[in-house]
Amino acid sequence: MGKRVAITGFGQTHHSARRWDVNGLELIQEAVARALADAELTLKDIDAVVIGNMDHFEGINYVDTWSVEGCGAFLKPIFKVTTGGTTGSTVGIAAYYHVASGLFDHVLAIGWEKNSESDTTGAIITCSDPIWDRFSYSGAIPSLAVEASAYMKKYGIKQEDAARVTVRDRGNAVKNPYAHLRMAVTVEDVMRSPMLTEPIKLLDICPRSDGAAAVIFSSEDRAEKTCPQPAWVHSVSVRHDTTWFGDIDYTEIHSLASAAKEAFRLAGIRDPWKELDICELYMPYSFAGLKWIESIGFCGPGQAPRLLWDGETDMGGTLPMNPSGGVLSTNCIGATALLRVGEVAHQIMGKADKRQVPDVRLGMATGFGGCFWSDVMILGAEKP
Amino acid sequence: MKRVAAVGVSQTRFQPRHPDKNYADLIYDVTTGALKDAGMTIGQIDNVVTVSNDFWDGRTISSMAVMDACGSYGKNVSTVEGDGTLGALYGAMRIWSGSFGTTLVVAHSKGSEGSPFLITNAMFDPFYHRPLGLDAISSAALQAQAYIDRRRARVEDWARVSVKNHRNAKLNPFAQLPMDVTVEQVMASPVKATPLKRLDCSPVSDGAAAVILAGEDRVGESRQKPVWLKGVGYAAELHYLGDRDLSHPRALELAAQKAYSMAGIKDPKEEIDFLEVYDAFSYMESLWLEGLGICSAGEGGKLTREGITEMKGKLPVNASGGVLSAHAVLVAGLVRFIEGVLQIRGAAGAHQLDRAGMGLAHGINGPCGQSHCVWILGKN
Repeated sequence: MGKRVAITGFGQTHHSARRWDVNGLELIQEAVARALADAELTLKDIDAVVIGNMDHFEGINYVDTWSVEGCGAFLKPIFKVTTGGTTGSTVGIAAYYHVASGLFDHVLAIGWEKNSESDTTGAIITCSDPIWDRFSYSGAIPSLAVEASAYMKKYGIKQEDAARVTVRDRGNAVKNPYAHLRMAVTVEDVMRSPMLTEPIKLLDICPRSDGAAAVIFSSEDRAEKTCPQPAWVHSVSVRHDTTWFGDIDYTEIHSLASAAKEAFRLAGIRDPWKELDICELYMPYSFAGLKWIESIGFCGPGQAPRLLWDGETDMGGTLPMNPSGGVLSTNCIGATALLRVGEVAHQIMGKADKRQVPDVRLGMATGFGGCFWSDVMILGAEKP
Repeated sequence: MKRVAAVGVSQTRFQPRHPDKNYADLIYDVTTGALKDAGMTIGQIDNVVTVSNDFWDGRTISSMAVMDACGSYGKNVSTVEGDGTLGALYGAMRIWSGSFGTTLVVAHSKGSEGSPFLITNAMFDPFYHRPLGLDAISSAALQAQAYIDRRRARVEDWARVSVKNHRNAKLNPFAQLPMDVTVEQVMASPVKATPLKRLDCSPVSDGAAAVILAGEDRVGESRQKPVWLKGVGYAAELHYLGDRDLSHPRALELAAQKAYSMAGIKDPKEEIDFLEVYDAFSYMESLWLEGLGICSAGEGGKLTREGITEMKGKLPVNASGGVLSAHAVLVAGLVRFIEGVLQIRGAAGAHQLDRAGMGLAHGINGPCGQSHCVWILGKN
């Protein structure tokens, strides 16, 4: 492995459906200023910036150069990475490699999206092949509905089981002052919400939010010098395997299974269910909160509903999931996966305020996007 | 930090259109081409970095189109949306980090499938600048005019850049515009945006390129002699054109200083044997030479006028024909890098230079070279 790397600062905007009060640059600046304050650093300390979003949501090309005044990259190194929904984790992982390479000491990772300026589904549809896939691809919700239906049929899962995931995440969001949808809901609320695409109802799916996240990655000696409790990067893994929707095996999310397996191996984790203290999982709809935790290996196939109903993944449970409220409560797409990374870091640093899980030593953050792609980052309180 | 080298390269022929190839076809060609060049298999590639742009591709998550074509299945893969020189940088970082032994870097672009005006207009601030109709050409014209006003640059010198680079392109089988033109013909070509004329501007091409990078412990897997990545620097300046002195490429100066110091270069014009710079417009070659510290401010044109940048000159610039002769956007920076590798290997064919032990490859991003990346490549 290369140099050790730790997260020493995290900042996020107050997310909402429409941030009328700020433009894109101001939104980015809000998150950057909070991350710098959190790390007790100034812009002068930042050696390089890496930024990401999805171009077609705001209709801005070359966001790295457009954003310089907002992200503080004036006369600094900056480039852009982007991979769809996984963009936030892609940015975080890129910042990790920036520091691990030995080129830089403090690197600022930024993910942002101003979805209120976009036709989100109109933009997402253009990810599919224009000749073979686009005529039938109708955006994120229907393709997730295919996955949910296959999973329900195979294991006899009920819509109420998925609703329990929404109840958990939306309930957690109440304690997160930055979350977009801060309202507790019941299983009945979810079941009564309007059907979008069978079996996905309004309260089964994430919102689209305006927001930004900024995370500071630092080298070993700087992290130890400047941060009382850094969140050390123990491992990262990426699997962006599929190009065609027709090639996806909908019975398991193979990219997540494979990325998680590699990330656990690199971090020396043998029993993730027992060893991890917290998870922030990029789960854009409720059914993912069941099926995907099986793919990660937290339980056997079809057994996730039991974990949910038993409260094992709630705050105070064996492995609390999405203390922030998760993606079901906030989804500023280019920032979404970076929020997962930042939230795990803050849990390890003990800075999660009212949503703090006691004594977090090891946590997992994931990203989801593209064509059922997955990223994983493992963070820990101890130096790896 | 372990040493990293380029051990395999490939590029397509650059054309106004590749009507028979989609993005994945182009990437498949250069992926297999680079593997063949290195004598390696896809199993020896540890991770992949792709380079693409959603606007140029007309596709959101544009990397989705090439994930299988670049052989990234089961591997750690990421996507840089920016110039190919930055893609090579991320590929190298991943090896320097100790996480991987080899990286495949691929870039593609098909300018023929989009509207360059709309695509480059979209890189400007949507409220104040876009409504003015700014695009790559009109903003470059503002920079060219500032270069004339502030540094007394001469348009005839830029015409000489065009003459030289199109002539060099005649020796490069991958170039799109190999041709003999005269200074008079350049000066008489139709005005695109004052003071830039048609032959001062690069074409917009279709094409792709790939590079295989390897750490020092893995270079032996390639049948090619390694070309070492000696130094790199990159930086950006402010976005609003009115906030910049367009005749003074400050970000390039910083990027170059970083790259030189990493490579241990004290006097670039003596120690570097050749340069491949991003001449999207003729004046850029002169201006970037100033930013790179090859000459002082305002002297860039003189280097061309005096024949110093000719293939037979003391410091050849764009022996490949440069971006003026083939410009697949984003890919063109990776091609500068590849041309540097080919020259140092002694494998540049008809445009091989006599002295090519240390070369500089350069790429730009954003309007008027707002962001620059500088690479130093060397034999040893």
